[in-house]
Amino acid sequence: MTPLEIDFGKQERVVGIDLGTTNSLVAYMDAAGHPSVIPGEDGDKLVPSVVTVTQKGEIVVGNKARAALIDEPDRTVYSIKRLMGRGVADVQEELKLFPFRVAEGSESVIRIQLGDRTFTPPEISAFILRQLKRNAEAFLGEPVSKAVVTVPAYFNDAQRQATKDAGRIAGLEVLRLVNEPTAAALAYGLDKRREGIIAVYDLGGGTFDISILKLHDGIFEVLATNGDTHLGGDDIDNRLIHIALEDIHSEWGKNISHYGEAVQTLRRAVIDAKERLSFAPATNIELNYKGKQYQREITRELFEKLIADIVDRTLGPCRACIKDAGVTVEQIDEVVLVGGSTRIPMVRSAVETLFRAKPHTDLNPDEVVALGAAVQAGILSGTVENQLLLDVTPLSLGIETMGGVVSKLIHRNSTIPASATETFTTAVDGQRNVLIHVLQGERELVKDNRSLARFDLKDIDPLPAGMARIEVRFLIDANGILNVTARDARTGKEQSVEIKPSYGLTDEQVEAMISESIDRAEEDFNARQVAEARVEADRILAAVDKAKQNDAYLDLTDEERGEITKALNELLVVYHSDDHLLIRAKIDQLNNVTMKLAENMMNTAVSSALKGTKI
Amino acid sequence: MGSFPSNYYDFFGLEHRLVLDLQDLEKKFYALSRQYHPDLYTLKGQEEQQHALDATAILNDAYGTLRDPLARAEYLLKVNGFDIGEQGSKNVPPELLEEVFELNMALEELRGGDESARQSLEDARNKFTGMRDAIDTELAAKFREYDGSRARSVLEEIRGILNRRRYVRNLVNEVEKELTGAAA
Repeated sequence: MTPLEIDFGKQERVVGIDLGTTNSLVAYMDAAGHPSVIPGEDGDKLVPSVVTVTQKGEIVVGNKARAALIDEPDRTVYSIKRLMGRGVADVQEELKLFPFRVAEGSESVIRIQLGDRTFTPPEISAFILRQLKRNAEAFLGEPVSKAVVTVPAYFNDAQRQATKDAGRIAGLEVLRLVNEPTAAALAYGLDKRREGIIAVYDLGGGTFDISILKLHDGIFEVLATNGDTHLGGDDIDNRLIHIALEDIHSEWGKNISHYGEAVQTLRRAVIDAKERLSFAPATNIELNYKGKQYQREITRELFEKLIADIVDRTLGPCRACIKDAGVTVEQIDEVVLVGGSTRIPMVRSAVETLFRAKPHTDLNPDEVVALGAAVQAGILSGTVENQLLLDVTPLSLGIETMGGVVSKLIHRNSTIPASATETFTTAVDGQRNVLIHVLQGERELVKDNRSLARFDLKDIDPLPAGMARIEVRFLIDANGILNVTARDARTGKEQSVEIKPSYGLTDEQVEAMISESIDRAEEDFNARQVAEARVEADRILAAVDKAKQNDAYLDLTDEERGEITKALNELLVVYHSDDHLLIRAKIDQLNNVTMKLAENMMNTAVSSALKGTKI
Repeated sequence: MGSFPSNYYDFFGLEHRLVLDLQDLEKKFYALSRQYHPDLYTLKGQEEQQHALDATAILNDAYGTLRDPLARAEYLLKVNGFDIGEQGSKNVPPELLEEVFELNMALEELRGGDESARQSLEDARNKFTGMRDAIDTELAAKFREYDGSRARSVLEEIRGILNRRRYVRNLVNEVEKELTGAAA
């Protein structure tokens, strides 16, 4: 921090991040108190959630990586969100449809092969987060280390934990995970100061959520949520790709489904066609591949036939959500659409029919989640007052009991934080350990639910069977993540619990990845140093600019002002050099010549504070 | 900071009554949320954050329990030392024996493909739903009686009614499942 920047009571900025399946965005609360999306270096607000590892081993994210999807498909990955918090056995269906190259030896944690390196989904998501962090730092001219990150409302514990891990690996402290539809409601309601009951229908690239909220006097109370974490625009694209591949097979006599480059080119082509069909009654899918041409017309009518069952799959969760919210369709005042896939006319009319209301489309469905995340960041850092989000857990939490049956402890749609306490005992004389299997889901039997983790209560005092009493507290925090603590009810002593997550990374693995990412960062040490020096330079340049408005600046001698101008110009000259030491030297020089100015400003501030006047 | 009561009623500053004004409860819930919610303590110290988390967890559990009349009654029974396991709901209340017998026959027939059983199932559903509504009216009256007398004997009666209600609810659910499942 430079002396000129001393600003009493200023809190570190918290940004809001929408880590999407297809695109990711970062937003902040501007000086006027409005949420605003931060553009990337290329001026684009949407950062495609695509990561590529170049031949030189450099990590590239966003639009540039999207180009590599076609040229270097073996080094590039997209839609990684689909694999967050999942095991290899879960994603077999996914692997048939998506060109994920799962590395050998992936068991409880999937590893993706990119060139000659392998990464877990949280590491790949961390690359995207790091890019967003850099974009925000370059734009705001200050370091950013805290964020609110959105997740699909229907994400389970493992998927949430994986997202939080990604933040840690990227060097971001994730202050809160916020559900995407809730974030959207926040952006929406803040703007309009609405009251009443609203439904948020969020169909994104890879996930579907429906949430029903009650808005009252700045409180956003989620009544119920439902969804499908594997349903979205990607599935629609796959339908179109499938028919095109079949056509090509019969026209060219060649199955190109195993040529990564061809499939990715085709993927681009069907996405373009899909988007055009939202406005035109018919369009063409066109592919040029190695001198060969493919073209077919697709009408909106045919398109709607192809995707009817996908749209239909969103309606079941909507009905369940209305029922769980304890409201009738008539009581829902408004429906808000979120996610790129809600631009499809068929989706809109399905929503309109079900909710018997014309859905709202006045907010950009691509940006509204990120804007809401920024609002929540404002709430957490105290810059947004009077607004409060009360969210729920999407899935019931239970433990395994006799005969493979689940006993529910916390019901779905409970407001979070939520907790439950259970007392456990031993079955055998002198037993030292008790194993608790925790699950998430709505089904009766263990095998039909999602295994979360096994908690091992260790070092129990040896006692006759049934005498030990261990009180275990299950607490779902405001992020929707489970925390377990235990204590011996007889002695009141804290009981040690060892956690074995069923999916995802252990704490040690995350720590290892954090240090590894630091090691890797040293490979392009200089580039980083230069970037950081420039951020620093931006900060002092902005601070000096601001200080020039201050009366204290006029109180300096001409000579002193001349020195400042000289140092300022010298810094501007070296700013674009690749020598971070030189930039730093000029920053120091500017700092030195503005020292007196800073002191004077501080004195003025203190004396006017003593006089009780406002500055 | 400071400690907070662990009894749900005390947390809301309410008397231990069975009839509650839900609008007032919601108002209190919002006000207490604004006081305790973890979002308002994110940038505070570890201890304050933990306090906010613990208090809000109890607040939310309390609100979820108190706003639902059945959960509320069960809670009041529990803090008054009554054992309210699921056990009671497994024994068929004697006055229902005949109906349950008929219902099971109709369920068997429908599962065996006899569509004519559908009508008797629908009749059964209407009957049990009506029974459930009658129980709710009875409960509401007992709630008022308890609030007036605070007599333990009334709680005893309420426990019996709750067990019967749970049993009837299970029947309704089973019939619903069969009817909608068969229709699909």
